Amino acid sequence: MISPLGFLAQMLQFAVALAAAPLLTGWVNQCRAWMQNRRAPSLLQPYRLLHKLFYKEPVAADSASLLFRATPYVVFGCMALACGIIPALSTDLPLAPAADAIALVGLFALARVFISLAAMDVGTAFGTLGARREMLIGFLAEPALLMTLFSASLISDSTSLVAIVHKIAHSQFQIYPSMAFAGVAFTIVSLAENARVPVDNPATHLELTMVHEALILEYSARHLALLEWAASLKLFAYSCIGLALFLPWGVAEINAPLAMLYALPVLAVKLAVGGFLLALIETVSAKMRIFRVPEFLAAAFLLAVIGLLVHRLLGA
Amino acid sequence: MLDLDRILTVIAIWVGIGIVALVAPRRTRFVAHGLFPISAAASVALIVAAVQGLWLPPQSVVLRLGLPGLPFHLRMDSLAAFFLAAIGATSAGTSIFSAGYLRKGEGTAPGLQCLQYHLFLAGMALVVLADDAYAFMVAWEVMALASYFLVIANHRVPAIRRAGYLYLLLAHVGAIAILLCFGVLQANTGDFTFANLRVQSLSPFWASVAFVLALIGFGAKAGIVPLHVWLPEAHPAAPSPASALMSGIMLKTAVYAMLRIAFDLLNQQLWWWGALLLGLGLLTALFGVVFTTVQTDMKRLLAFSSIEHVGLIFVGTGLAMMFRSYGMPALAALALTATLFHVAAHALFKSLLFLGTGTVLHATGERNLGKLGGLIRMMPWAAWLTLVGALAASGLPPLAGFVSEWLLLQTFLFTTDLPMSFLNMLVPLVAAAVALVAALSGYAMVKFFGVVFLGQPREEKLKRARDASWLERIGLAWLASGCVALGLFPVPVIDAIDRVTRMLVQYGLADTVDANGWLLLAPTSVQRASYSPLIFLLVVAATITFTALAVRILYHGRLRRAPPWDCGYPHQTARMQDTSEGFGQPIRQIFEPFFWMRRDLPSPFDARPRYRVVIEDRFWHWIYQPVQHAVERVARLAGRVQQGRISIYLMYSFVTLVVMLLLVGR
Repeated sequence: MISPLGFLAQMLQFAVALAAAPLLTGWVNQCRAWMQNRRAPSLLQPYRLLHKLFYKEPVAADSASLLFRATPYVVFGCMALACGIIPALSTDLPLAPAADAIALVGLFALARVFISLAAMDVGTAFGTLGARREMLIGFLAEPALLMTLFSASLISDSTSLVAIVHKIAHSQFQIYPSMAFAGVAFTIVSLAENARVPVDNPATHLELTMVHEALILEYSARHLALLEWAASLKLFAYSCIGLALFLPWGVAEINAPLAMLYALPVLAVKLAVGGFLLALIETVSAKMRIFRVPEFLAAAFLLAVIGLLVHRLLGA
Repeated sequence: MLDLDRILTVIAIWVGIGIVALVAPRRTRFVAHGLFPISAAASVALIVAAVQGLWLPPQSVVLRLGLPGLPFHLRMDSLAAFFLAAIGATSAGTSIFSAGYLRKGEGTAPGLQCLQYHLFLAGMALVVLADDAYAFMVAWEVMALASYFLVIANHRVPAIRRAGYLYLLLAHVGAIAILLCFGVLQANTGDFTFANLRVQSLSPFWASVAFVLALIGFGAKAGIVPLHVWLPEAHPAAPSPASALMSGIMLKTAVYAMLRIAFDLLNQQLWWWGALLLGLGLLTALFGVVFTTVQTDMKRLLAFSSIEHVGLIFVGTGLAMMFRSYGMPALAALALTATLFHVAAHALFKSLLFLGTGTVLHATGERNLGKLGGLIRMMPWAAWLTLVGALAASGLPPLAGFVSEWLLLQTFLFTTDLPMSFLNMLVPLVAAAVALVAALSGYAMVKFFGVVFLGQPREEKLKRARDASWLERIGLAWLASGCVALGLFPVPVIDAIDRVTRMLVQYGLADTVDANGWLLLAPTSVQRASYSPLIFLLVVAATITFTALAVRILYHGRLRRAPPWDCGYPHQTARMQDTSEGFGQPIRQIFEPFFWMRRDLPSPFDARPRYRVVIEDRFWHWIYQPVQHAVERVARLAGRVQQGRISIYLMYSFVTLVVMLLLVGR
């Protein structure tokens, strides 16, 4: 059933995702600091932060229920699985058939619902505000992401992420017009979903604007560490989805296990470039009002749907 | 013993229980603890018999009841068996829940409610079994009337009487359409058995008339826009077990009847029927979910959510009909599988949610979301079991709602080469709308669960709320485990649905799905699409366990309690949380054209500022009020004739007589 090599690839992918996700966050922070003429924190700063948070004693609100305490683990588990099924290093992933593109979107939705419910659990003004805004962003971002993935699915005739990577990486080089629309839509969605600048600011606690920070306001110590780590994993997962859909070259194949040796550096380079571009977008754009966000995301949704229609029209 | 006989025995037991309850209608303990558990056991027997019946050839029986010369023809085939299994599974949960729920002093005497409840169940089972139009109409009316009396159980409240009246009115407008539909279907043969209806070949025009009449009749029962207005009124009015049954399975009997007529009785299909159903379903789903997010009454919220899910079910049915009319059985089977899976899933999670609101209602006496909150601490059982239902209703993996959503989206992706190019273009748009509906239902469910069970209690009295009783917990747990089982083991369920799709569209998914093993759900091949909820759950659960252990071993597991942080603001109260209005506000703003909204805003100088917003259904103003005014006007015209003086009436008779004589004499 499961080949030992496939098992190895799966474990390696989990390990790389868990280990490298904070590094990616650190890299984005560093790039952003450079571009904003600030002195950059060390690349390893996120790891130090995680270590410190795990070490501290968590404080939970008096009224917090079990749901509040369980949510960081649930969210972390969801994001870890998401990183495990996206073919970033190899397409020989034994877990990949367990969840296809639609299930991946469902996985992100599950994490979002849990974190929103946990934010409402303590019953503070900011928590419910964060939950409401998160669900507001989610209800448009989720279908937009789904439609982006559908554009790729129509090309590869499959919703399996592995098959999508196979098809796009191995067919004769071809420019798909639908993927251009999908690419723009995906960029917008990933900015919104990862709480990045035009939609949210990961570095602020300003009441009027925060979304993600408002959700995790009541968390501390190990719970917060898990949520921060999960946020890094989410950024990592979204980057890998983007790479799988739009730049799938260099991922190891089932019949070429040795390719994994160079898949890792290739992935590192691609992520570094991606992280730099993310920092660039964050630097040159300004945070928008929360009520502009639905329009922004609706544009992404419409672009993704237009991508699907273009695919149908051209029959390509 | 014939399988059908066993099912008829269950129905007889239900009716018997109802009659026995009349012996001592006011003995609550006897009715609740003595009778309802028997009824739940009968429901379990019904599930067993119906599931076996799926794999058996159709069985029929003729009951010599009712009018002389018009016996009841009953027949159980795979389609009927599937819906019977859904009725059994849902009613088992609601019956055992009712055993713990029934109380004195809530409207009608418990014994009478017990009779109505069981006649309702028997009516629904007979609707599904009926094999002639006469038996069907009798069962349909029993179901409608029994549920009407359940809705007005608390008939001293004028609003409830009004809701019941609206329900009865629409049920009967629908019943007339159904009656006419059967009239068209029998094509002047005078024989109303379904066997005869099946062999009639109608002209496309009359077939379309029959289809549209069926759509009106069953659409009114299912809550298809614009015939949905009774749903949000009747569901909050009824006692919770009754709303659970109405939402969970009564709406599904309309879906059953639609499938029966469109796929079984009408032997031809035109493509635009499917497109019409698809369009109406989509409109209903979108309308339902947008209204769900802005409700402030928890049972109304769930009623609108039912409208949404019925819309999705009709989208699937419409797709299946379209594919069948184009001779694409594989796609039709896929769409139909998604539809039937959603029928089963919705029956379970919606009844679970309604029963959950029932416990909340009994514990707090509040239906208003603005006065609830924080109940997870006082009522952990009810809260956690309801959470399962809420997650399933938002279509999240690995629960039941996600599987049907997944199958439906797969259907859209598999669709290629429809003969009409504009339909081909329409498919991605419909898929996008379905995805939007699914995401919005997540918003609505977070609001529902978060406002009712999480946060701080918004009223002082909520702190004394008591959790669900043992029998109630069993009922909730039964339905919750159904949601989980359906979500984790979709392959056996699809094997069962395969029997139905084979009967309706001569194609089933079981062979391809079984070829990939029970662990992996893959409608065609693993390369094309696959999903394994069990592996999904196991990996997430393993990661959670591993992380929790690792953190405790590497660091520590201490935890300290303190007042909430909330950015250091010390004076926070429960009133500062989002209310349900607040939580729905973004949606209200984005989807403003959907609503008919009236806002009273306070001026800055008000000493006692009041903020009031009333949201109403536009269809009410567009369709129902004009109809109401027209009826009133006609009635007033007719009223002029009635003068109330005997001499005038004598003159009418005289004039009529003269006119008749003139006509005859010529």
